[in-house]
Amino acid sequence: MSDDILELRNISKSFDGMKVLGDISLSVAKGEFVSIVGPSGSGKSTVLRLLTQALRPDSGTLLFDGAPLDEAPHSFAFMPQRDALMPWRRVIDNAALGLEVQGISRKAARAAVAPLFERFGLAGFENHYPSELSGGMRQRAALLRTVIQTQDMLLLDEPFGALDALTRTQIQEWLQGMWTEHRWTALLITHDVREAVFLSDRIYVLSARPARIIREFHVPLPRPRSIADLGSPAAQAIETEILQTLLHPQET
Amino acid sequence: MLAACAFLAAWELYADLSGIKPSILPAPSRIAIQGWLNREMLIANTWPTLGATLGGFALSLAFAFAASILMDFAPFMRRALLPIFIASQTLPLVAIAPLVVLWFGFGLLPKILLVALVTFFPLLVALLQGYESTDRDIAELLTSMKASRWRIFRLARLPSSLPYFFAGLRISITYAVVGAIFAEYAGAARGLGIYILNAKNNFRPDLVLAAVVVSAVLTLCLFGLTLLIERLAMPWQSSGERRR
Repeated sequence: MSDDILELRNISKSFDGMKVLGDISLSVAKGEFVSIVGPSGSGKSTVLRLLTQALRPDSGTLLFDGAPLDEAPHSFAFMPQRDALMPWRRVIDNAALGLEVQGISRKAARAAVAPLFERFGLAGFENHYPSELSGGMRQRAALLRTVIQTQDMLLLDEPFGALDALTRTQIQEWLQGMWTEHRWTALLITHDVREAVFLSDRIYVLSARPARIIREFHVPLPRPRSIADLGSPAAQAIETEILQTLLHPQET
Repeated sequence: MLAACAFLAAWELYADLSGIKPSILPAPSRIAIQGWLNREMLIANTWPTLGATLGGFALSLAFAFAASILMDFAPFMRRALLPIFIASQTLPLVAIAPLVVLWFGFGLLPKILLVALVTFFPLLVALLQGYESTDRDIAELLTSMKASRWRIFRLARLPSSLPYFFAGLRISITYAVVGAIFAEYAGAARGLGIYILNAKNNFRPDLVLAAVVVSAVLTLCLFGLTLLIERLAMPWQSSGERRR
């Protein structure tokens, strides 16, 4: 595809002689929401850490907009597994962190994020510290910090794994709505199959270590979606098939 | 609190009833009365001790911050300097204090240097440990934002070190007053240390103990001050507690 913004070709990575990523090839098109699901410990997060260049691949190429990642001017907005909010910064300053690092003054960065608090369900909590927020609010604050950076692409590393089931569903529904509005290019790492089906245009399924892509799914559900759509036959079929692939990879 | 009262009462009774001489073991009441009668001298001798404590502490703080930043940015500096600083902590103060007074005279400078010597190390270790305590997710997040090494230090490592820093601060502030008194003991014109030495030589254990009480109160005040500063410097900590 020509509109691929991100492409990974035959990426492999080992830690201390243990092969974590076997041979990963995948692509993300502009404005597309792509998920990677896989069993835990399969090296899902390693893929993201290669993209943020916290790690280097042993072999293979990472392409951004057709050019090697280290040469191409690119910027990713990364959301780590835990919210990684700074306990010493007020919520508004946590949300504005990315802008501040980009060199925008604290005052201007605050002014830029403040109007979004309402939409992120954080109105009135601008001047609170993260320890005063509930888990769901913390995740929304971390998401706000991620999307405000207006980068080329969002990288989400199991962002809702630590939340209780109800809060997780709420925030997934909310994120789906936000995504439909903004059409961010996004790569989501998750082990939650329903989450992947609900949010994604496309899903890659990883094998256990050493991770390879064993299947790729297109999610044909229309946008905007609601949680009720997960009950549709199409969604059910995909969810079941992904679970089958994950649980019994040799039979597929 | 109750135990302290019981101890003081027992001491008072023993001193009154056993017929022991006040020049050997003065009763608490005598210490209080004599301390009050000599309050002007005591207070006059407290100021130089407080000055030496705060001066030495300020020097120690500045030096610990500078050294910790240097060591955080250049691991080889850490390997080179840390053994020297550890060795500095093995020096017996009894031997060093008179020498420092010999080299730098009876003024404020040798006291400041000795206070800095005893308070520097806990601060340095606390800061280094504090930088290391930085949440890996936060550091990686900043790296993904392409923040510079210095930026990461200022935005994440330095604030992460604050709880450790204040723990170190509380430890070293209790050493500081003792260090200053010890330095004065080795030779000074004024100060609680020299006051204690003179009172002892004049067979006035009541005044020695009165001066000890003053130094304890001084340490407690400084300790309370660090708690207050900690509150002000880390408002997010108390706000979290309130919620929980």
